[in-house]
Amino acid sequence: MLELRHVDTYYGNIQALYDISLEIKTGEIITLIGANGAGKSTTLMSISGIIVPRRGKILFKGQDILGMAPNTIVQLGISQVPEGRHIFPALSVAENLDMGAFLRRDKKGIEEDRAYIYELFPILKQRRNQPGGNLSGGEQQMLAISRALMARPQLLLLDEPSMGLAPLVTRQIFEIIKKINKEQHTTIFLVEQNANLALQVADRGYVLENGRITMQDKAELLLANTDIQRAYLGI
Amino acid sequence: MEYFLELVFSGLTRGSIYALIALGYTMVYGIIGLINFAHGEIYMIGAFTALIIATVLNMYGLPLPAVLILAAIAAIVWSAAYGFTVERVAYRPLRGAPRLSPLISAIGMSIFLQNYVMLAQTPNFLPFPTLIPEPAFLEPIASMVGTTDLTILLVTTVVMVLLTLLIKFTRTGKAMRATSQDRTMAFLVGVNVDTVISITFVIGSSLAAIGGVLIASHIGQINFYIGFIAGIKAFTAAVLGGIGSIPGAVLGSFVLGLTESFATGYVSSAYEDVFAFSLLVLILIFRPAGLLGKASIEKV
Ligand SMILES: Nc1ncnc2c1ncn2[C@@H]1O[C@H](COP(=O)(O)OP(=O)(O)OP(=O)(O)O)[C@@H](O)[C@H]1O
Ligand SMILES: [Mg+2]
Repeated sequence: MLELRHVDTYYGNIQALYDISLEIKTGEIITLIGANGAGKSTTLMSISGIIVPRRGKILFKGQDILGMAPNTIVQLGISQVPEGRHIFPALSVAENLDMGAFLRRDKKGIEEDRAYIYELFPILKQRRNQPGGNLSGGEQQMLAISRALMARPQLLLLDEPSMGLAPLVTRQIFEIIKKINKEQHTTIFLVEQNANLALQVADRGYVLENGRITMQDKAELLLANTDIQRAYLGI
Repeated sequence: MEYFLELVFSGLTRGSIYALIALGYTMVYGIIGLINFAHGEIYMIGAFTALIIATVLNMYGLPLPAVLILAAIAAIVWSAAYGFTVERVAYRPLRGAPRLSPLISAIGMSIFLQNYVMLAQTPNFLPFPTLIPEPAFLEPIASMVGTTDLTILLVTTVVMVLLTLLIKFTRTGKAMRATSQDRTMAFLVGVNVDTVISITFVIGSSLAAIGGVLIASHIGQINFYIGFIAGIKAFTAAVLGGIGSIPGAVLGSFVLGLTESFATGYVSSAYEDVFAFSLLVLILIFRPAGLLGKASIEKV
């Protein structure tokens, strides 16, 4: 579904990604793990077209999307839940969801998806008229994921959904991620520092160090790998 | 009492005009964090467009209300085209540049437009035809409030209501609010941010043009410099209310208009600006973000 080939991304003259190549197949949950500053968010922003890589190709269903406008990329079927959630603070919960469906015109489908989301997260339904900025961290993460789902994406990019959440809430969010992958057949690219959890839900994983991919394997093999255990799992 | 009411009405009239201009400053600031110094000139161009169109239409002997409406429409279209173009040529290429660059570009644009109109038209004051009729049935209250004042108040109210509906309920309005609250996220949900920015300039410029037509008709003369004076006052009103906040700009404008009106009426017109700017300084000391502004902004 998505393939990055030899992608180099820069911030001004500073290179953040070096020769990134990776592949995500339809229906998979793929995770990208790495330490602070490794370039995980930069990878997602490169895919979404917020930062345009200097070299390489980004193929989505065979089409090179590198250099396309962010709204075109959303229209094609890629949505991102960015790091730090980025809830529109003064828009109500319902309006935040509306914004997720910004490029859609099928009223009926939108309402179906809204109903599905309110079923998934009843708390959002209760709070639908409150400003998004008033929600707790966990609720904001639920809203951020829901907002992305309102676009009915084929590929969902998630940037550290566990950040700042209590273990219980994190578990709940990860359960939902699996559920979305199963029920909606949404392909998922999950960026995490919490490698343990991420590798438990993922099919395959990539390890990013200082802007370079240094390892890739099936998730259970990465979990069993002693280098990974030492570096990322704290074992 | 009658004098007091007269001052209230005159304050509200001034406030309305300031509000029509201040909204453009505050909306643009809210979306791209730029003080658009050329905004006053957009208002001035609106007044000039109306003058030219009204003069031509008057020669054909059209009825006054028709002339007013057609002149206003022409002013709106022309000012909107200028606002749109200014953003395209002077600000968009500088997106992502340090904050000071677009600010300097804006000042340059303001000076350029003033001089352009001065050279293309005239440096002198031009008489502006009376476009708002004074019907006889309003004679009894004419000393307190004239038809022009009433028209200005009415038009402003209608415009504010329409703007509020647009921003609150339409898809475009939601996109504008989303963009001003979190631009990166607006991109990520698929908003075409460039289009939203253009729409913001077009709306702000249209409102300024309406203000330009109304005030020119009220005062009866215009020149290339009116945009600078009105611009500074409206900008003050926007800061007073909390720059970036739409209700703030309206509130700030009325507070400023009433302050000036009372200062002129009870003290002396020489002190009008002293009171206006003292008020600004006081409010900024005690509420640095303005009356309705968010305390966190640190953009200027
Ligand atoms: N806007 C920016 N301008 C300049 N450099 C940046 C910018 N954003 C990120 N960087 C740099 O790019 C590198 C990768 O950053 P990135 O945010 O992608 O890391 P990350 O893996 O997401 O880290 P974290 O786990 O802390 O979120 C870092 O060295 C960072 O300093
Ligand atoms: Mg990151």
